[in-house]
Amino acid sequence: MAHDADIKAAPRRAVVEDRLDEEAQPGAALHLARVREQRSLWGNAWRQFRRHRLAMVGLAVLATLVLVTFVGSTLYGRAIDQPFEYSTSVPPSLDNLFGTDSLGQDVLARILWGGRISIAVGLIAASVAVLVGTSIGALAGFFGGFLDTLLMRLTDMFISLPQLPLLLLISFLFTEKIESFFGEQFGAGNVGIFILIVSVIGILNWMPTARLVRASFLAMREKEFVEAARSIGATRSNLILRHILPNVLSPIIVAATLGVGQAIITESTLSFLGLGFPSDVPTWGRMLFEAKDYIQLSPHEAFIPGIMIFLTVLSINYIGDGLRDALDPRKTQ
Amino acid sequence: MGRYLIRRVLLSIVTLIAISIVIFSILALAPGDPLGEFATNPNVPPELQAKIRESYGLDDPIHIRYRSWAWQYLQGNWGESFSSKIPVQEYVFSRLPVTLAVIGSSFVVGILIAIPLGVISAVKQYSLFDQLATTFAFLGFSIPTFFSGIVLIYIFSVVLQGTPFALPFVFNSQVTGFWPNVQQSIMPVAVLALFNAAGLMRFVRASMLETLNQDYVRTARAKGLREQVVIVFHAMRNALIPVVTIIALQVPTVFGGAVVTEQIFRVPGIGRALIDGILSRDIPVVMAITFGVAILVVIFNVIADILYATLDPRIKYD
Repeated sequence: MAHDADIKAAPRRAVVEDRLDEEAQPGAALHLARVREQRSLWGNAWRQFRRHRLAMVGLAVLATLVLVTFVGSTLYGRAIDQPFEYSTSVPPSLDNLFGTDSLGQDVLARILWGGRISIAVGLIAASVAVLVGTSIGALAGFFGGFLDTLLMRLTDMFISLPQLPLLLLISFLFTEKIESFFGEQFGAGNVGIFILIVSVIGILNWMPTARLVRASFLAMREKEFVEAARSIGATRSNLILRHILPNVLSPIIVAATLGVGQAIITESTLSFLGLGFPSDVPTWGRMLFEAKDYIQLSPHEAFIPGIMIFLTVLSINYIGDGLRDALDPRKTQ
Repeated sequence: MGRYLIRRVLLSIVTLIAISIVIFSILALAPGDPLGEFATNPNVPPELQAKIRESYGLDDPIHIRYRSWAWQYLQGNWGESFSSKIPVQEYVFSRLPVTLAVIGSSFVVGILIAIPLGVISAVKQYSLFDQLATTFAFLGFSIPTFFSGIVLIYIFSVVLQGTPFALPFVFNSQVTGFWPNVQQSIMPVAVLALFNAAGLMRFVRASMLETLNQDYVRTARAKGLREQVVIVFHAMRNALIPVVTIIALQVPTVFGGAVVTEQIFRVPGIGRALIDGILSRDIPVVMAITFGVAILVVIFNVIADILYATLDPRIKYD
């Protein structure tokens, strides 16, 4: 983890200032103490998170992007795949806010539509990765012994898999088959591709979470509260899910958040290389792929989807950074 | 150390065998027939098709096919490229130097940027310099390589076209001479170097911050050494130990970046060979490169462990 122990400074400084304030006004101490008793753990985290200014900006940007792409696409109502509906490669104007592409399609409509897919792929792929990683890490850390060795060897093997080549290979080899299968069975071939891409990205990215969760479980299972729970007859699944898991949630949440950004980049890379979703599905990576040869004529075609990917990933990374600070118990007051 | 090393290498071999099985199975289970061309060609009678299939062993059970592939691979026979009809080794090794040059120089440039930035950021924590440097790292870390590549092309090949700063946007392997070659390598190297530097810088900074709080650094200061000496010879030397490991572990990620960069700038390297191979279903080439990357990953993992142990005498393996 390259970004561990980073940008810890700002919130800590804010804490010190707060304390100085309290000392300056002794009369307020009683009042503060009463308020403090009512704080929940999550409330504390939220308070801490709000102090991270860039994380808050990231959250606002991301919320806007999600809202605009998911709702706006329907409201905006322009076609995403009607070539030559407008004149080609028009720079942004009042008629076409984001201009048109080399095929005369409205870029904004495609950006909105593609954003839904890019963000959905990121969210679901990261969920798959976290779910698999948490399960494997929890089992290995809780039971230890042979199961632990086996699962950790599996993790090591997955870490050594050549990720990008495999991703490219699988999506190239299986896309057609899956698309026709889903097309025949459910009448929606693109859903099949979505599931394929999401699961492959998820399955190639669960390993860091698994290691993290395992390490936390190893540390937690020897703690007194686990012993206490065991002594009153808690079942194994109860111990894992109700007693230990909530205590190791913080690093999982941070890893999951950063995983969403990584998954969005991975999917865009795939689309950018001309693999992944077919050409009638305008994901941001795909739009960039199609626009890159026209960079001289109409740079906006490449810049707009590129900036969208960049903005989304940047916001997510800042949110992850803020969460890391907020969920670290050493930093809450 | 010796025993640890042997165990580590043995484990790596097991891992590699497992990986080769995974890759082989994916290729074997994929829909589509390697002899698809013949199947649709009316001039090839079915009996001949069956004969060809038999001679290639295409109808054998998968474990037998795997065994014969593995045996040939170990003997250095990687097969013949379907599309260019030359031995895969020859093809892959002809593409390798460009990729190694690009990746290698991007590492050097990235490290040269990341270490000073990270060290100064940590020493002057919370200063304006620190804030700028951490922001730079955050941006560099969040920008996908394919987009930074396009931005560079736009700036240096479109906006600055006709000025002395213009750079060619397509890599041409026929170009001779030192300067033109440097010129056409600047953008591909810069894209990867930015990506490398951003990740490394955050790590150098974190590691340096940790070391600066150590007792021995205070001791060095207390005995009256100059601040620069304390930072460079006492703190930095130790802070860079974990960084070395990270650099070794980053190699495979950077290869992924190289695939994208080679595609954008049309650099005729391994990454492009991989994409071309996938798109034209050139299975021997794809298999060789994919497995080659896996070998690289495993080797660099072992190197990272060994380096860590040799550089930090506190670490003892048994």
